[in-house]
Amino acid sequence: MPVGQAVEVRGRAPELAVHLRAWCRAQGHRFDWPYVVRGSAAGAHRRGARAAGGRHAVAAHAPGHWGVAARGALVEAGGPDFPFALDDKDEVWTAAAAGIYRQAVASQWDPATAVDWDEPFELPAEVEAAVVQVMTYLIENENAALVVPARFLGQIHPHFREVVAVLAVQVADEARHVEVFTRRAELKGIPLGLSTAGGQASLLTLIEEPDFALAHFLLSVLGEGTFLSLLSFLERFAPDPVTRRVTHLALADEARHVAFGMAHMEAVLATDPTLHARLATAVRRRHDALASTAGLNAEVFDALVVLAAGAFTPAAIAEGFARVQALEADMDEGRRRRLAKLGFDPDEAAELAELHTRNFM
Amino acid sequence: MAGTLLMGAVAYDPKVVTIWDGFRDWFAAQGLAFDYVLYSNYERQVEALLAGHVHVAWNSPLAWVRAARMGPVTAVAMRDTDCDLTSVVVVRAGSGIESVADLTGLTVAVGAVDSPQATLIPLSYLRSLGVDDVKVQVHDIGVGKHGDHVGGERDAARALVSGAADAACMIDGNHLLFGVEGTMPAGSTRILAQTPPYDHCNFTVVAGAPADLVEQFRALLLGMSYDDPQVRPLLDLEGLKAWRDGRTSGYAQLERAVDEVGFYDAGGNVTAEDYRP
Ligand SMILES: [Fe+2]
Ligand SMILES: [Fe+2]
Repeated sequence: MPVGQAVEVRGRAPELAVHLRAWCRAQGHRFDWPYVVRGSAAGAHRRGARAAGGRHAVAAHAPGHWGVAARGALVEAGGPDFPFALDDKDEVWTAAAAGIYRQAVASQWDPATAVDWDEPFELPAEVEAAVVQVMTYLIENENAALVVPARFLGQIHPHFREVVAVLAVQVADEARHVEVFTRRAELKGIPLGLSTAGGQASLLTLIEEPDFALAHFLLSVLGEGTFLSLLSFLERFAPDPVTRRVTHLALADEARHVAFGMAHMEAVLATDPTLHARLATAVRRRHDALASTAGLNAEVFDALVVLAAGAFTPAAIAEGFARVQALEADMDEGRRRRLAKLGFDPDEAAELAELHTRNFM
Repeated sequence: MAGTLLMGAVAYDPKVVTIWDGFRDWFAAQGLAFDYVLYSNYERQVEALLAGHVHVAWNSPLAWVRAARMGPVTAVAMRDTDCDLTSVVVVRAGSGIESVADLTGLTVAVGAVDSPQATLIPLSYLRSLGVDDVKVQVHDIGVGKHGDHVGGERDAARALVSGAADAACMIDGNHLLFGVEGTMPAGSTRILAQTPPYDHCNFTVVAGAPADLVEQFRALLLGMSYDDPQVRPLLDLEGLKAWRDGRTSGYAQLERAVDEVGFYDAGGNVTAEDYRP
């Protein structure tokens, strides 16, 4: 209907003429009872509006003025600019995100029902103390693994919603890991273990890494990758059913976090030829920053030995020690395999795998 | 402040700062040095305008009436939404009040004592229809702000619905609003009378204001297009689609109302009793 055209209005409501006059004024139409003459303001919000990408079209760059609009929405001109720092597809996108998100949502578990917290067991005091020390260590690592994706979540342009969604679920996963490890630690009522300065220093370097690709590499490829070995070890040698169950549940989530980290790295490496060198530099820099710290604390190492021993006898301890040595070899092997998969040559993969923090995460 | 056009506005709501900061930036980008001064009430603003403290005032219709009595002023622009408003007198649906004559001796709820649309004009209209013996129930919110605050009208509508009043006066747009928001449930009230159309706010310019700046101001306003995405948020905030040339033909009803109740005298002095802006 063109501007200036009149339409006759009929109706039975006694207030019709009064309300139509007020409505026309608010809408910018001319009121000429019983006619409404179309004004030019109607539809102005759509003039000059542009679509924020398409339903199946992820843009190479998401402008700030798209803001939090739905992908594909018609965005009115003149709106505010949102300061999303990660607004280029090349920085954040992987085609694997949608599938990983679907898998993540389908794999959610409820700590209240997924674990039989009342299953009876009794451990030797030394072994229970070892389990509590390991849980204490796991919890601080899970806290760091929660904070890192959470920090980047708010910086990624919502246009790349599949990536945001994966990280959002990942944050929720880590919250559950913190919960179940805390419940296992507190299960028998003994005090929690030691959190060391060296361990926290290592995690702080992870949280402080400002570059999304580097942080994601350090956290998910190297750190969580290493944790796959650790959680498998804990599940396998768990001295009690609750420890076995909670590490099993966390392991399945971590495997997804590592898969997403690998997929993101492969995508970014394909578009950014300088990234290989920057990733290697990040590992070396972190190693240097942590060179003066103690690395994995002796309490955690000893606790892993006693936990894997299952009993506080010389023979069992010897067996536990051998198992932890095998674990460290397995961790190193896993890191080298993942680095090689990302295109590092075998020598550099071996060097970087070796330089990874002695704190594991 | 040579070369700067100074405008007065009344701070009836915190959004007034957002509005005029936005206009200030936009005028600056168009090459007009413009600044604004906020007043807490229209009486102070009109006195400042006539004293030359500001060149132009964004005036309520009542402030225009007073300014025009105090000295030579002109109305240079107004909103499209300031033209051809009406007020209505509303009663409860089952009240049995069939004509305005039935209101005699009954309680009529109105807005603030200085509200043109919810008090002065509708009561004057009732008088013109021979109804001058009613109990006026005033709902004073924001006295001195000339009814800009919607609260007084809403309280009058609530008084009607609750039975504390037999009729209530309000602007047509608020009658629509109060129905939509549920203050007056659908079907619970009936419109008894509607005033003839009248006009609302205008930009009032005092004699002696720099003519070139005023003309630049007027031309920029009239050139603002709702199609311009930079301008649209400002127009939406101030509640208009287009600025129009000022006209003064729509204030006769209010002039009459002011004289009838002695709100101002012929020289623009405040003569209303119990009016403390
Ligand atoms: Fe985790
Ligand atoms: Fe994780």
